[in-house]
Amino acid sequence: MENRRKYLQKTMLLLVLLAAFALWLWMMGGAALGAANPGGAGSSIPWWAWVLILFVLTFVLGIVAVLGGVGGGVLFVPIVSGFFPFHLDFVRCAGLLVALSGALSAGPGLLRAGMADLRLALPLALIASTASIIGALMGLALPTHIVQIALGVTILVIVAIMILAKKSEYPEVKESDALAKMLGIHGIYTDISTRQEVHWKVHRTPIGLGFFVIIGIMAGMFGLGAGWANVPVLNLLMGAPLKVSVATSKFLLSITDTSAAWIYINSGAMLPLIVVPSLIGIMLGSWVGVPILARTKPAMIRYIVIGVLLFAGVRAFLKGLGI
Amino acid sequence: MSPLKASEAQLFYATLLNRLTLIGFALLVVVFLIYILGIFSPYVPMRDVLQYWNQSSHHYMQAANIQPGWTWVSKIGYGDFLIYIPVTILAGVTIVCYVGVVFKFLKGKEYILMVIAMVEIVVLLAAASGLLKAGGH
Repeated sequence: MENRRKYLQKTMLLLVLLAAFALWLWMMGGAALGAANPGGAGSSIPWWAWVLILFVLTFVLGIVAVLGGVGGGVLFVPIVSGFFPFHLDFVRCAGLLVALSGALSAGPGLLRAGMADLRLALPLALIASTASIIGALMGLALPTHIVQIALGVTILVIVAIMILAKKSEYPEVKESDALAKMLGIHGIYTDISTRQEVHWKVHRTPIGLGFFVIIGIMAGMFGLGAGWANVPVLNLLMGAPLKVSVATSKFLLSITDTSAAWIYINSGAMLPLIVVPSLIGIMLGSWVGVPILARTKPAMIRYIVIGVLLFAGVRAFLKGLGI
Repeated sequence: MSPLKASEAQLFYATLLNRLTLIGFALLVVVFLIYILGIFSPYVPMRDVLQYWNQSSHHYMQAANIQPGWTWVSKIGYGDFLIYIPVTILAGVTIVCYVGVVFKFLKGKEYILMVIAMVEIVVLLAAASGLLKAGGH
């Protein structure tokens, strides 16, 4: 009971610190400067200070992302676009590269362990990466405030999915569908926690592919990564075991986000002063976050992530409306 | 085909992905230090970036006189464009891995997966080519 009280106190303190940091950024980026061009030519904050703040924020996001079991991109884009003076184009490009870097780092280990499955990923990646190109082109062509509003709504939907979506450790798949059989999508992995070999297969592959069209478009349009959507589709719809779903989703991002990232890079949206501190910050944060993960309660961290996303989603929505 | 814990193609992909990603990240840190320390002068001065970063990428390119696509290669001597090299490596890792895995699928006579991988290479190359452009806003 005493431990629980201390834990709640620590969580509340972390939430208050995050809220204070967000409020401070909001004020520095907008109202407190009293400038029509916050963070721009009229800003009282030098460029290096914004870069430093971005680095610190992404370091914290790296830790929170690991503890909350979400990709960096889904936190990065709404928070940075909502509270920093950077245009959404640059934030989305950096968000995709952040998600891509995380996926590239995790990919080899997940593939070697047999957790991420190349056979499962290949057809889904083809659909999602093609759709993400379309999403990126749409995102760059649409007026920024429309994309910002849609981003806010999307983040709020993600919050709802995180709250409502159930997970199934080992979904029951009686028989693979014809497409899955043709592509040979099935496998075995050793579950470290139970030391048992898990045989798995998938069903409803054509419907899953349809969902990945939507996921790809959203990933490209908002630069979010797409783990929040990949996992429920792989796990709940297609029936892949949870660990295979999470690992394959992470690996999938390395392909989906690559194609969208190229569109943004080739459109001049890659600003080194935004991209590089973000990548280094989130990578360092992830490394720090992994050992912390062993000593924390995931459920509580998940509530924090949901709280942060809710706040960032509302902020993105209001920013799109010009409020 | 019998299910395997991790197929030969999958292990090959993982090894290649790991090596190229490490090279990309190491280079990214080195090149960013070169840029931030001013060892190579930037094409767009850092204090000027402040004027552009709250406007669209389309506006940024026009104002800073930057062309879209692969024209950055001609400006590689500038610190800010030097960073495109590691970013290109990171964004290109997947394409290289796919090319490698196509041969593994060919060797294993897994023709359907080979075709899927080949189509994916075409998609990724199309994205990377700079030919697909959106109208500025």
